[in-house]
Amino acid sequence: MAYAAGVDVGSTQTKAVLIDEARRIVGRSLTDTGANVMRAAETAFHEALSDGGVPEEEVEFVVGTGYGRYKVTFGNTQVTEISCHARGAVHMFPNTRTVLDMGGQDTKAIRVQPSGEIVDFCMNDKCAAGTGRFLGAAAVALELPLAELGPTALRGERAVKISTTCTVFAESEVLSWLGKGKKIEDILLGVHESIGARSIGLLRRVGIESEVTFTGGVTKNRAMVETLNKRLGLQVNVSDESHYLGALGAALFALDRIVGARAPVPTGRETA
Amino acid sequence: MTDATRETGIVGRGNDVGARLFRQWFEGLTVAADEGRGAAYVFVMGSLCELLRVFDFPIVFPEINSLQAAVRRVAHEYLNEAENYGFSPDICGYVKADVATQLRGGAHPMGKIPKPALAVATNACNTYIKWGEIWERMYHMPLFTLDIPGSRGAGLASPQGSEDFERDRRYVEAQLVELIALCERVSGRKFDVDRLREHLGWANELSLGWKRVLELNRSRPAVFNALSDGTIYLGVANGFRGAPEGAAFFRDLVEEMAYKAEHGIGTPVEEKWRLIFVGVPCYPIFRRFSELFSDWGGVFVNSTYLWFASGGANLGFTYDLRRPLESLAEGVLLGVRDAMDSMFFQTQALARMIDDHAADGIVYHPVKSCRTVSTGLADSRRALMAIRDIPSLFVESDMMDRRVVSEAQMKNRIDAFFEGLAARRQQAAAATV
Repeated sequence: MAYAAGVDVGSTQTKAVLIDEARRIVGRSLTDTGANVMRAAETAFHEALSDGGVPEEEVEFVVGTGYGRYKVTFGNTQVTEISCHARGAVHMFPNTRTVLDMGGQDTKAIRVQPSGEIVDFCMNDKCAAGTGRFLGAAAVALELPLAELGPTALRGERAVKISTTCTVFAESEVLSWLGKGKKIEDILLGVHESIGARSIGLLRRVGIESEVTFTGGVTKNRAMVETLNKRLGLQVNVSDESHYLGALGAALFALDRIVGARAPVPTGRETA
Repeated sequence: MTDATRETGIVGRGNDVGARLFRQWFEGLTVAADEGRGAAYVFVMGSLCELLRVFDFPIVFPEINSLQAAVRRVAHEYLNEAENYGFSPDICGYVKADVATQLRGGAHPMGKIPKPALAVATNACNTYIKWGEIWERMYHMPLFTLDIPGSRGAGLASPQGSEDFERDRRYVEAQLVELIALCERVSGRKFDVDRLREHLGWANELSLGWKRVLELNRSRPAVFNALSDGTIYLGVANGFRGAPEGAAFFRDLVEEMAYKAEHGIGTPVEEKWRLIFVGVPCYPIFRRFSELFSDWGGVFVNSTYLWFASGGANLGFTYDLRRPLESLAEGVLLGVRDAMDSMFFQTQALARMIDDHAADGIVYHPVKSCRTVSTGLADSRRALMAIRDIPSLFVESDMMDRRVVSEAQMKNRIDAFFEGLAARRQQAAAATV
């Protein structure tokens, strides 16, 4: 049995996914990226091997993706996270036409055709507003663990208006609302709505077409999912594996190489 | 490149000669500055070089000076200096780099820039006028603003041959008469219509050559890269418009490109993707920016930049030397209108470019510094996508300010664009099996 692996080195967390020839996920792992990107990639990969009980020599092809993809030195090639999230999303939710990937430092909106081909994409530019980092800043300001942000926001009733579009200034704005006596729950609800509004702005730039699949680390945050559902007026696709869809897409591209089901599509450099 | 082609001395000649002409131009400006001769400051859209040369003004293109500072990787020093002086970070980077050049007494990485004796601007870009006002305040010299009617009309404003067009042309011609009087006063030289004919003749050769060079890039493989090589040719087209060197350069360049087309010689890159560029290049990392595409085998076969920033030379319009002033007015009117339309009403022109050049993809590059060029590109892209099924990339940075140029982010988007192109080609191939 041959296996394929995808390693998604994100700014905050590194994910690895192992799949078999039937495209089933057989192993996965998640680790903080930290300062040593190369080590994070190796750790994630080896933990995924352990999770799946797969010997390393049976992994025939590894694709690196994410901002640290060139640090996946044990990998065979690299594919951008834009292609990988689209591929992973369409694989997991075949009716996907629009993908929203919200990661630590960037948020991507991607529109795909039924074939999975990317029609258009756009990302936040040179600024972390509207990304997971925005939530991180709020967590620091409010002295709450990240995992508590979503549940706390869901208890909010009257969202405060977070007007700044800068992550750094958002922290001061959160503190100023605290100083004015606003409830933490309402402040956090406002933070989620602010991020949601910015993300939907990105989605509109590529065109929103149903079904919308939500990917990336922030998919674990239930309040963000609810915010998007409310603002979009639909239910975004999300699952327990949504965090791994970039790595899954990378693994699928790796499997293409192994089984030759598709030619080496995304690397492109070889195609004429 | 084969030995045979190398021996001809033709291939690569345009780039070499273009670079040499540029050095000579700036050497000439340095001499003028050292001698204290005042220059004519002009802009690429409606420069009127043909007329100004009659009065022997050294010609200065502040836009070209500024982009050269960026290409030579020192623009940030100039931008910081202008900002420290009080100009906002939001103001056009070309303007700020020029202000710093003036504050430095003309010191520029390519030589020394003479002070302006007069400046000529058209209403093509509103920043031109505000920019000229800065020089007016600094040097108390005249700024002549040429009002071109009917720009931004997408060919609807007074079509050539109509009565309205003739009225517009006469309106421009009347302004040229005023400009001639101003030039006589500033230069101390009398206007000589025969010299104007001579300069118009050289401009005719240049325009016809530029148009032909652009057409020859329909060849497969493309004979030059419209982003990297094209920018060199564009510089010559502006800086040597109406000069014998410009006419000779384009005569030779047509010969080179025709030779390459005939012998199937492309750019040094193995051409896998034929691309069209919309906007202004990313000069702070000019070579790297081009490599981000060429590393994938992407070759730019045409560019709106080569249209709007050549002041209409792409049209191949030729002046009627029997009626020089009337014809100059007509040329300026058509050139500026075309330059503006190629920015604001570019959809049909881009669709033609795609068809004529068999393009695989289109790259939009809005820049922070220039609202004139960048505003509306998103709409333009949507409009084009509605009439052509072609992959497009929207990648933002700047033409001057490397503080807003994030190479890693650009590379990510560009890589994803090529991944998409490859997937599309793969699926199309699979569908035909």
